[in-house]
Amino acid sequence: MRRPSSFLLAGRRYSPAASLLLAAPFLLLIVVVFLLPLATLLHESLFLPSPGLQHYERALAEPVYLRVMLRTLRIAAQVTALALVLAWPLAWVMSRSKGLGLALLAAAVLLPLWTSVLVRTYAWMVLLQRNGVVNQWLQKLGLTDEPLKLLYTEPAVVLAMAHVLLPFMVLPIYSALKGIPEDYTRAAQMLGASAWASFREVIWPLALPGVTSGCLMVFLLALGFFVTPALIGGPQQMMIATLVSQQVREMLDWSFAGALVGILLAFVLLLTVIFRRAVRLDRFVGQG
Amino acid sequence: MAEAARHQGGILLEGLVKRFGPVAAIDGVSLAVQPGEFLALLGPSGSGKTSILMTIAGFEFPDAGRVVIGGEEVTWTPPNRRNLGMVFQRYTLFPHMTVLENIAFPLKMRGVARAAREEQARAALRTVRLESYGDRRPAQLSGGQQQRVAIARAIVYRPRVLLMDEPLSALDKNLREEMQIEIKQLQREIGITVVFVTHDQTEALTMADRVAVLDHGRLQQLGAPRALYEAPETPFVARFIGETNFFQGRAGGAASDGALFPVQLDNGAQIHALAVGAIAAGARLTLALRPERLRLAPAGAPGLAAEVREAIYVGNATTLLLRGADGATLRARIPAGAGFSEPAPGEHVTLQWEAGDARAFAAAA
Repeated sequence: MRRPSSFLLAGRRYSPAASLLLAAPFLLLIVVVFLLPLATLLHESLFLPSPGLQHYERALAEPVYLRVMLRTLRIAAQVTALALVLAWPLAWVMSRSKGLGLALLAAAVLLPLWTSVLVRTYAWMVLLQRNGVVNQWLQKLGLTDEPLKLLYTEPAVVLAMAHVLLPFMVLPIYSALKGIPEDYTRAAQMLGASAWASFREVIWPLALPGVTSGCLMVFLLALGFFVTPALIGGPQQMMIATLVSQQVREMLDWSFAGALVGILLAFVLLLTVIFRRAVRLDRFVGQG
Repeated sequence: MAEAARHQGGILLEGLVKRFGPVAAIDGVSLAVQPGEFLALLGPSGSGKTSILMTIAGFEFPDAGRVVIGGEEVTWTPPNRRNLGMVFQRYTLFPHMTVLENIAFPLKMRGVARAAREEQARAALRTVRLESYGDRRPAQLSGGQQQRVAIARAIVYRPRVLLMDEPLSALDKNLREEMQIEIKQLQREIGITVVFVTHDQTEALTMADRVAVLDHGRLQQLGAPRALYEAPETPFVARFIGETNFFQGRAGGAASDGALFPVQLDNGAQIHALAVGAIAAGARLTLALRPERLRLAPAGAPGLAAEVREAIYVGNATTLLLRGADGATLRARIPAGAGFSEPAPGEHVTLQWEAGDARAFAAAA
């Protein structure tokens, strides 16, 4: 029935040639501003000043760099977990609301997405700084005598990044939950399932594709995040993107920066492939 | 054991009321379903039939009244503790489980061991004649097969009652009729109490031992299919079940329930009719007369004069559309092959009937 190389738009089928033509502007842009520079950078990391893996060896051998990479992974994993915990109930409520309620919730999720990351990050700095709102409240409530150091800590980075990346977790989960008819929950209850059992046996497995794509997206975005960790984490909480930028702008060591990018890229690709496999195996065949 | 199980299946609804804002979805409904009985809840959309089913299921809680199942009050019991089976209108097989896993699901919820689960699920699958489909996914089955699996899933744990919410409405006509008979047979075999919601009168009459006709949240009539058709107790039931000719008129005298009494029709004719409930002298009346109870006589004979407008041949009968003297449209049905002459359009005839076939209802004030 479906030819793999043609797609359907407004009821029309386009030939492969027409499909290619329609996608051409975007493909051109991707090649010129993304793939070419990336290739150049990777080329430098492998062949300059002499061909070999010396930059990669250095990146993986020196504890300073290794520590940054491990911290990046750890923070990205924490951000993903926190975003999932925050996003699930929100997505659930959204999937079960209609009209004004849904509009308000959707606005609450999307509005931050339309605000610049920089603005949101500065907002977190205002909240978390030494004389910030959070510290004032903690003191007023008598939970602490003197201001706590909140800014420039790993939890602060995780919290702010989870907030910035939350929509990328909420939206795929919301759309997965939206696709689960309410009758499934009713059927499960009727068949003797408690609320928890119907969640575990029916809702969660059916929402899993949305959960995995949300997690994957947040994790990958978090790995390469620059602005928020640089401003909220400071130099002590350096993540890999900041390290790359430092190598390029301060050390002018493009080859080593290229090697760091290469490692990050290889890791991201590997992770994507693994996740894809896992989700595909879990996918049910079609949906009636 | 089987006998004891049967006695658990009775349902008693007492004075159920459920309001959604100013609208009463259920307006004081009381009825009893006998153990092992097949009861249909029949009514147009908005009649409250689904709300009643949802109240029995435990998805909705009444504003007033009680639900008693098997002698035990369950008005406030959550659905997963009622031990009822239910087949929904839309397909509700879980798409990420195989057919067999779907059927085993309620057993898993009840802590049945894996091996026993599978054995019982296979047996249930056999009851709905889909033995070889156990390893498929629901999406690989047709609509009719999916609903059969849903039935197997709803009976595998031997619930005391099976609730069905228009389970056949998504199927095409032939399959629907086949499934009606199949469900009926299955119900007799396992002796389970069934409450079946439908808006299709034929479906209700075909399948049910008794039918509860509902309108605007009120129980209009509860009875065997034959009683509903032959002896409707309200004009709504007469109109909703089968075809009916309606006349307006005035009582020529007082009458007690079931008595024949004289009626003055608004079109001028003097007839006799059967009183449904007590009727006061001079009361406004609505009269119902089934098309197949009308006989044709030559023009000028005693009876109701009419002109044939159309004769529609439908195989086993001919339906006549007639126009009465006052311009009202009437229907008459003449069975085929009984040697009756079939009048042509334009012909003038007289309609006659047995006095007892005209049922007179006191018009709502």
